[in-house]
Amino acid sequence: MGNLDIKVRVDASGLSCPLPILRATQAIRTVAAGELIEVVATDPGSVKDFAAWASSTGNALVESGSADGKYRFVLRHK
Amino acid sequence: MTAVAMAPEVQAASEGAVKTKKVCIIAYSGELEPTWASMIIASTAAAMDMEVSIFVTFWGFGALVKDSRRLPGKNLMQRMLSVMQRPGISHRKLSKMNFMGMGPWMMFSLAKKYNVSKPKDLLGMCQELGVRIYPCQMTMDLFGLSKEDLIDGLEEPVGAATMLQLATEADSTLFI
Repeated sequence: MGNLDIKVRVDASGLSCPLPILRATQAIRTVAAGELIEVVATDPGSVKDFAAWASSTGNALVESGSADGKYRFVLRHK
Repeated sequence: MTAVAMAPEVQAASEGAVKTKKVCIIAYSGELEPTWASMIIASTAAAMDMEVSIFVTFWGFGALVKDSRRLPGKNLMQRMLSVMQRPGISHRKLSKMNFMGMGPWMMFSLAKKYNVSKPKDLLGMCQELGVRIYPCQMTMDLFGLSKEDLIDGLEEPVGAATMLQLATEADSTLFI
């Protein structure tokens, strides 16, 4: 986890659906193919939403985890 | 933090080539809630790399007329419609519990508190993400609306045939 080369970090804490997904989309379009971004959200629905988003867009959900009421996603631009 | 392994099928799907899915929304209603729902679905679908088209007809035009246009319409009856229902995406009324604007005010206060995006912001996001918005020509004639009354960045006005083509070619069509 610590050795991932993350290019952009998005703090979507406190934001409601669909803002975490929209913010992630804006962020991932700023990085090159193969590069990683990290999104932190507090919306519990985002866990399934990011899996669906990854499946639909083809961007990979590299890591998905939670701690202390926060959800963290590492996404790789296709 | 604990990492959770992805299900194999999700991982496979997220790494393979994906066919572009199409979503078509027929935005017919003019109240705040359906306008909001259309904007949430359209912006999210675009964020999911889906091709999104919105065909706006009848009361859906409430969201397409510029907020600053107070009384669009070319004759008295058309202007009367604007008096009864102020156009503009920021001026949508609730379908129930409107209470002379108290309902929407409360709804926007709640939206602010819980960090929910307003329809106007989501509309901007839709346009940024490439959602195509098609005004219905017939409704424009009926309501006496010209292109100058409408927000920028829309497609050329079209009719029912184009809407049906969009709908039948889409993977999902929603009438809202």
